[in-house]
Amino acid sequence: MLERAHILVCGGTGCTSGNSKQIAAEFERCLKENNLDKEVKLIMTGCFGLCARGPIVVVYPEGSFYQHVQPSDVAEIVSEHILKGRIVERLLHTEKEADGTYKAINDTDFYKSQKRVVLRLCGIINPEDIDEYLAYDGYKAYEKVATEMTPQEVIDTIKKSGLRGRGGGGFSTGMKWQFAHDSVSDKKYVVCNADEGDPGAFMDRSLLEGDPHAVIEAMMIAGYAIGADQGYIYVRAEYPIAVKRLEIAIGQAREYGILGKNAMGLGHDFDIELRLGAGAFVCGEETALLQSTEGKRGEPRQRPPFPAVKGLFGKPTLINNVETYGNITQIILNGPEWFASMGTEKSKGTKVFALGGKIHNTGLVEIPMGTTLRTIIEDIGGGIPNGKKFKAAQTGGPSGGCIPASLIDTKIDYDNLIAIGSMMGSGGLIVMDEDNCMVDIAKFFLEFTVDESCGKCTPCRIGNKRLYEMLDKVTKGEGTMEDLDKMEELCHYIKENSLCGLGQTAPNPVLSTMKYFRDEYIAHVRDKRCPAGVCKALISYKIDPEKCIGCGLCKRGCPVNAISGEIKQPHVIDPAKCIKCGACLEHCRKNAIVK
Amino acid sequence: MSNNFVETPEQKKTFDAALEELKDVPGPLMKALQKAQEIYGYLPEEVQIRIAETFGVPLSEIYGIATFYSQFNLYPRGEYKIGICLGTACYVKGSGEILAKFKTKLGIEPGQTTADRKFTLEATRCIGCCGLAPVLTVNDEVYGKVTPDDVDKILAKYNG
Repeated sequence: MLERAHILVCGGTGCTSGNSKQIAAEFERCLKENNLDKEVKLIMTGCFGLCARGPIVVVYPEGSFYQHVQPSDVAEIVSEHILKGRIVERLLHTEKEADGTYKAINDTDFYKSQKRVVLRLCGIINPEDIDEYLAYDGYKAYEKVATEMTPQEVIDTIKKSGLRGRGGGGFSTGMKWQFAHDSVSDKKYVVCNADEGDPGAFMDRSLLEGDPHAVIEAMMIAGYAIGADQGYIYVRAEYPIAVKRLEIAIGQAREYGILGKNAMGLGHDFDIELRLGAGAFVCGEETALLQSTEGKRGEPRQRPPFPAVKGLFGKPTLINNVETYGNITQIILNGPEWFASMGTEKSKGTKVFALGGKIHNTGLVEIPMGTTLRTIIEDIGGGIPNGKKFKAAQTGGPSGGCIPASLIDTKIDYDNLIAIGSMMGSGGLIVMDEDNCMVDIAKFFLEFTVDESCGKCTPCRIGNKRLYEMLDKVTKGEGTMEDLDKMEELCHYIKENSLCGLGQTAPNPVLSTMKYFRDEYIAHVRDKRCPAGVCKALISYKIDPEKCIGCGLCKRGCPVNAISGEIKQPHVIDPAKCIKCGACLEHCRKNAIVK
Repeated sequence: MSNNFVETPEQKKTFDAALEELKDVPGPLMKALQKAQEIYGYLPEEVQIRIAETFGVPLSEIYGIATFYSQFNLYPRGEYKIGICLGTACYVKGSGEILAKFKTKLGIEPGQTTADRKFTLEATRCIGCCGLAPVLTVNDEVYGKVTPDDVDKILAKYNG
């Protein structure tokens, strides 16, 4: 029977953390109670993208996009919207047209500049039901390649599309497939890198959670193209929902005869096994990932030989990132020309970014390559909260760099980002405002790399540690101008001499902040001052006697009794006792405490 | 390592069955360790020895893997595992201060467990719900948009 309405509840990690499972359970109960469970279908989907407004519920056929839904709102949605056909306006996420009518969700600022290719089914289908994927041309692309195309034709199609690796490096995907195809061996493997380790990046997770079959189908196509019958998906153990949905998807695909011997009855074998990571950032590097997939310590090794020649278990291996695979079925079905029509001259297609940090619309966005940073931050992202000024955007995670406000009109593509000292990375985009100290941010990333360095090669293991120590000195006001020069020199040594991508890119956050925010470094060193007021050793708290009314709140809130003063008289902080915890600032109601 | 390791007959049975199943799997060591931790909650020396013997590899290799990955624990952990996300999105929104507050309140450093085995404090990597930053987890429960003021309330909930 056809249902008269569909209720979509977001089951991505963000909304699940905001209790969306309970919301779905409540819908189930309310629909049953009103005898609607036969005519209204309830679906848990993948991520809608607008995580900042979660938990999100969408009701079709109207396409009403409800935000910040609580379990207590469910009864009202069912009785008003489903039963009486009246949209619950107080929960609606919307903007109005000039004539006062509501805009369709795809015309709102957050969605209108986006182009959903990879995420086309995220938030549309139930990822735990293979039939829904099949209804959206699922496994048609594999059928097409296995019946109409030779492996070389598949590879030529991918090459022609101009698709480049979405994991960060941006190497031509078609070339990678060609190398793996050309290696002669009795056994080859297809591997999916789902070890999304960049802090603040969650594109791959969202795709796996929202549309796992798209990745499975793409791996089957890759297997056909290079001549492999076994695939591995290496996924972070920190992503329990993605792991569960992949397990379900693989199970259902096997049940339908899509995976396994003589897959889909088209004459080729292909199966996929999941391997879970155990918390090591370096495993995102391809040679380390292969080691870890084999169950060993995830230490990178020298390349060449490249994995396409000698990879998993010593056999030729094709390894691509989740989002790269996410493009494959669409390129096959719509043609390489269609794909190449999007983007810039050398970066084709779209890119998914995880927007985070100091921005209104945190969430997941997919934009055509060549979109400016300004469009992402001001239009899609809705700007910076609390009237603060945009200071920088960080892309590429611990391997990338900070893009300053002066370069906000940069068109985002692989080459432009490298030219300004950052990189595409896997797609984390963290926005920072004037309250963020750039030296502190550089130190944050370096602390991460020092912690995650596997220790195999010296430049990375010791070089980054020394670099971190120098940065630490600067943030404590103990740095010298000579240290700054030494840091720059050391950065270049580490970049040139490290074994793998982790070490070669680790100094990028330092180099890019030193390039664009040198004045902040100098302020820390020469003036012993942290302009953003973040570095503890360099800030001091004072009470403005003009504003202080002597209420004594700060005095009582101070954990070390550093504040003294008579009631109704201006109070004073004793700098010798003050531990700079900021408790007084939190307690004062008159804004009399100044940093 | 541990010297007071005890296991229930069910734990032993489940683990033995899991090892048997992994015998034909290529590259089984990490899978075996993950299974062991799932069953025992950590990786006791006795269990590591059993894995080494099952697959015919030196214990040093097992220990090497167990210490390489941050998710493997060599010691038992607390009843409640508090994970403060130090991913970039959470960090720029002040998760460092939240961690500091937990450190003072519990009197332990990240990675340590309180003497009563009640709480284990961890600084975690990005858990992926950056829209809720700053985020922390207590076992499987997620707390979003946390402020330092919430710390006492959260601890009280589990101390009751």
